[in-house]
Amino acid sequence: MNIGYYPGCALHGSSNDYEQSLRACLGMLDVELQEVKDWICCGATAAHSFNHKLSLALPARNLALAERDGHKQLFAPCPLCSMQLLKTQKAIAGNGLRQELSQIVEADLRGDSQVLNLIQVFQNIGLDRLKAVVKTPLKETVAACYYGCLLTRPPDVVHFDDFEQPTSMESVVAATGAKTVAWNYKTECCGAGMTMANEDTVLDLAHKILSNAAAHGANCLVVACPMCHVNLDMKQEAVNRRYGKNLALVVYYLSDLVGLALGISAEQLGINRHFVTKA
Amino acid sequence: MEQDLEDNVLPLRAPDSFLPAGLAQTHFQDCYQCGKCTAGCPVAARMDLTPNQLIRLLQLDDSGTALRSSAIWECVSCQTCSARCPKSVDCAGVMDMLRESSLSLGEAATSQHAVIAFQKAFLDNIRRNGRLAELELIGLYKADVAWNTGRIGVLFKDAALAPQLNKRKKLHLLPGKAKDRGVVDRIFARCSEPEKK
Repeated sequence: MNIGYYPGCALHGSSNDYEQSLRACLGMLDVELQEVKDWICCGATAAHSFNHKLSLALPARNLALAERDGHKQLFAPCPLCSMQLLKTQKAIAGNGLRQELSQIVEADLRGDSQVLNLIQVFQNIGLDRLKAVVKTPLKETVAACYYGCLLTRPPDVVHFDDFEQPTSMESVVAATGAKTVAWNYKTECCGAGMTMANEDTVLDLAHKILSNAAAHGANCLVVACPMCHVNLDMKQEAVNRRYGKNLALVVYYLSDLVGLALGISAEQLGINRHFVTKA
Repeated sequence: MEQDLEDNVLPLRAPDSFLPAGLAQTHFQDCYQCGKCTAGCPVAARMDLTPNQLIRLLQLDDSGTALRSSAIWECVSCQTCSARCPKSVDCAGVMDMLRESSLSLGEAATSQHAVIAFQKAFLDNIRRNGRLAELELIGLYKADVAWNTGRIGVLFKDAALAPQLNKRKKLHLLPGKAKDRGVVDRIFARCSEPEKK
């Protein structure tokens, strides 16, 4: 299976362990990621905070490039990129912005490619097929599935799962043989892009998320977002320092857990490059 | 009696003329102050004005107070408010529009310089490179905050993380740039033109 792939800036920057994990895991499942040629940044929070039109135009350029490359499906592993792409498609369909955006981005735009998040890629592969190829069931793993904000919100843009009580990630994790816990913070925000500019907020929110996962018996967290990973993994030591805790929760990308169950090594998946690693 | 009731009803006015036209699409006029947005907001406790208060200010034609608030820069755009609103008010969309107007009108709260400097540096960065160059972003952002707020400490904050990131091969001295950076610059230029009335 070939799918269009929009990595976004994080996966080519400090979250390149996420891309390593995706390529190793999905490669094993015969999914080939075909990178959109000459993609550009989606504008992220900065664009939608500062310039509404720009926040539609930057994703529109990427949608047009993906269409030009012939990708019917476009996988965007970062939920912010993914949501911005979907929001742009919605604006094209609903507000008749297709012509104006095509002119702005100098490319014909249809807005009809199917934008996918990581959970949807696994759903398309098929959870039964996944179960069938598991080599090493993850019996010791008790995971808190963390969706964060944008996998399920805004619901009228992303149309994915239940935005208060999502369960799709748990279904994927169950296929690996791991257990999951019921907990309270699976759709609470981690502070996202405030990592540098407002660290207080990030540490406060990350502390609540990590503590709640631990209190419900999880021995790790699972995410499908590069920013969630930064705030919960890289910032975990700062959380421990500020709040006097000894949290040591490994934060896996969803593709890490699936990859481990498929028999791929932690090194091949890039898990050894996380900040919090198994003792 | 009927007349009394009529007098107490808030007139539905058009929003202040200097607020973006798109604000009407957020349906902020429909808010009936249940407070669900604020109850679910992960950062409401840090805000000088809560989300429902900001919406109320807009309904009362006092957008100036909303534009000068620090709350709009504390918002983390998690979309919980919009997702839960029983009247389908796009509260997160209101926040975006307030930020955009606050900046363009020069009303942004000076206490929030760091957040604004970061987002500005981010946009400048992708306009130049097409894709984010993280180290350049961090350098220019820190220089801006140190220069404009006198907080020199910011220059050294998280410096200890650099070798740790490097050890994990997460630092890129030569980040990949988009090839066609000209088109990125033109997209920025076209999106920065004032709206045609």
